Amino acid sequence: MAIEPVKIYAVWLREIKRFLNSKSRMVGSLAMPLLFLVALGGGFSSFLPAGSVPGGVSYSTYLLPGIVAMTILFTSIFSGVSIIWDREFGFLKEMLAAPTGRENIVFGRTLGGATTAIIQGLMILVIGLVITGAPLPSPLHMAGAFVFMSFLSCFLVAVGIAIASTLQEVETFQLVMNLIVMPLFFLSNALIPIEKMPGILKGVTTLNPITYAVDGLRDLMIGQGTLGLPLDFAVCLVGFIVALAVATYLFSKTAI
Amino acid sequence: MDAIVVDRLEKRFNGFTAVDKISFSVKKGELFGFLGPNGAGKSTTIYMLTTLLSPTSGSAKVNGFDVGTQADDVRKSIGIVFQDPTVDTRLSAYDNLDIHGMLYGMDGPSRKARIREVMELIELSDWQDKMVKTFSGGMRRRLEIARGLMHTPNILFLDEPTLGLDPQTRRHIWSYIEKLKRQGITIMLTTHYLEEADFLCDRVAIVDHGAIKVLDTPKRLKGMIGGNVVRVSSSEPQKLAEVVKRKGFADKPRMDETVVSFDVKDGGKALPKILEAAIGAGIEVESIELRVPSLEDVFIHYTGSSIRSEKGAGDMMMAMRRSRGY
Repeated sequence: MAIEPVKIYAVWLREIKRFLNSKSRMVGSLAMPLLFLVALGGGFSSFLPAGSVPGGVSYSTYLLPGIVAMTILFTSIFSGVSIIWDREFGFLKEMLAAPTGRENIVFGRTLGGATTAIIQGLMILVIGLVITGAPLPSPLHMAGAFVFMSFLSCFLVAVGIAIASTLQEVETFQLVMNLIVMPLFFLSNALIPIEKMPGILKGVTTLNPITYAVDGLRDLMIGQGTLGLPLDFAVCLVGFIVALAVATYLFSKTAI
Repeated sequence: MDAIVVDRLEKRFNGFTAVDKISFSVKKGELFGFLGPNGAGKSTTIYMLTTLLSPTSGSAKVNGFDVGTQADDVRKSIGIVFQDPTVDTRLSAYDNLDIHGMLYGMDGPSRKARIREVMELIELSDWQDKMVKTFSGGMRRRLEIARGLMHTPNILFLDEPTLGLDPQTRRHIWSYIEKLKRQGITIMLTTHYLEEADFLCDRVAIVDHGAIKVLDTPKRLKGMIGGNVVRVSSSEPQKLAEVVKRKGFADKPRMDETVVSFDVKDGGKALPKILEAAIGAGIEVESIELRVPSLEDVFIHYTGSSIRSEKGAGDMMMAMRRSRGY
C-alpha cells in the first residue's frame, strides 16, 4: 500500500469538478432538507406544546442539526454508491487502469464525496439558521461542528463505496435508499428526542451511529446534546476508520 | 527487444477457457491486429496485457515488464483505449485529459503542453473546454485516443477502436491511427472488422475460441489462399460443392448459407467449368462472382465460419442498452 497524494488529489478533483458542473443537481439535493425544515419544523413548532424538546428551544431550532446531518447522510452515501455509475459508464476502468493502488482511488473518492457533502451541509446550516432564527453558534462551536461533519461525511462516503463494491448493480440505488439511508435517518434522534422515544425504538436508535452524529451537532450548534460530546465524536471517528478500512478492502477486491 | 512478448497465456473463467494458451510477440513500432468475432478472447487478452485481469497461467512481457509482477511499470508505459466508452461525460475534454495526466504522475506544465499536442492531433482543440456529454460518438472516441496518448506511452492498446461508428467516422479514426503509426508508436488493436485489420495492420492474428488460428501480414494471409476466389450463390450449395469437388476443380469448398466459395488458381478458367458443372447437375445458379481473396476468405478458411454470421450485433445492442443505463 503506497499513499500517493497527487493521485488522491486527481480523484478528489474529479469529484469536485463534476459537482461544480452539475448545479441543478445541487439545487435538487438541497430542496428536500429545506422542505423538511420548513414543513416539519414550522408545522411541529406550533403544534407541539412548549417544552416538548429539551432546552426550551423551538422545534425548528431543535430540528436543524438533524436536517444538517440528514443532508450529509443522503449526499455522502449516494456519492459513495455512485461508483456503480462509474462502472456502468466506464470511467471506473480509467481509474482502475491507472498506475496507482486502489486505496488511493478510495481515499480520493472519499475526500471528494465528503467535500461536496460538507458544502451542502454547510449551505443547509446557514439557510437553516436564517429560517429558524436560531442564535448563531460561536466560531469555536462552528469549527467543532465542521470537524464533526467532516468525519461523518467521510464515514458515510466510505459506507457507500463499500456497498457499491459489494452490490454492483444499478438497481442497488433503490435498495440503498429504502434499506439503509431511510432507516438510518428515521431510526435516529434527528426528528425526535431520544428521551421521548418508546423502549424498543430507543434501543434501536442508540445503536445507530447517526444518532451520535446528530447529538454531537446539536451539542455544538444549539447546546442541546444529551449523550456527551466525547462519545459522539468517538462513534464518528471509529465509524470512519472501520468504514474506510472495509471500503478499501472491498474495493480492492472488485474486478473490472 | 520486442514490445510485447506473450508466452502460453491462458485465462479460464469457471471452467470456460476464454484465452487458450496463446503465444505471440509484437515488434517495436509495429501495428499488430487481433482479428476475431466477439467472444473470441480479444478483450480478455487485452485486459491481461494491460494488467487489469490476471492470467490463469502463462506469462506476458509488455515493454520488458512482466504483467504479473511489474504491473505499475507496465501501466505507466502503455496507453489504453477501451472498447466501451470510459471518458467522463460530465467533465470537459480538457479536464478528462488533465486528470488522466495526474493519475499517470505528470506535472502541471507537461500536462498543459501535452494536452495541446494531443488535442491538435485529434483535431479537437476548439472543443477542449466543452463538456464531453455534448460530443458525438466519433468525437468521444477521438478523445479516448487522445487520453490514451496523454502520458506518451510506448505502446497503445486499441480495443475495437471503431466499434459502432459510421463508415465515415471509421475512416477518420483510421487516419489518426495511421498518423500515430508513422510517429513510431507500437499499436496493438483488436477488431472484428476485416477491412480494418486489412487496411491498418502490419501483421494480423486471426483468433477464434481463444486461440490464434494463423498469424501473418494481411498480404501473405491472402496469398495463402490460391489465386482467386469464386463465389457461387445457388439453390443447392451443398450439392454444388460436392459436384465441383468430385470433378477436381477446387478441393476445399467453403459454405456460408447459400454461398459456396472455391479457392482456385486461375479464376478465369475455373469459372466456366464450375458453371458448366452446376448446370450439368441441374443446380440453379443465382449469381457467380470472381475475386481476389479478402481477409474474410482467409477468416472462413481458418475458422470454418463467416465473421458476420457471429452474434456480434446482439452483443453490441446489449452494450448500447447498458451504456444508456437501462
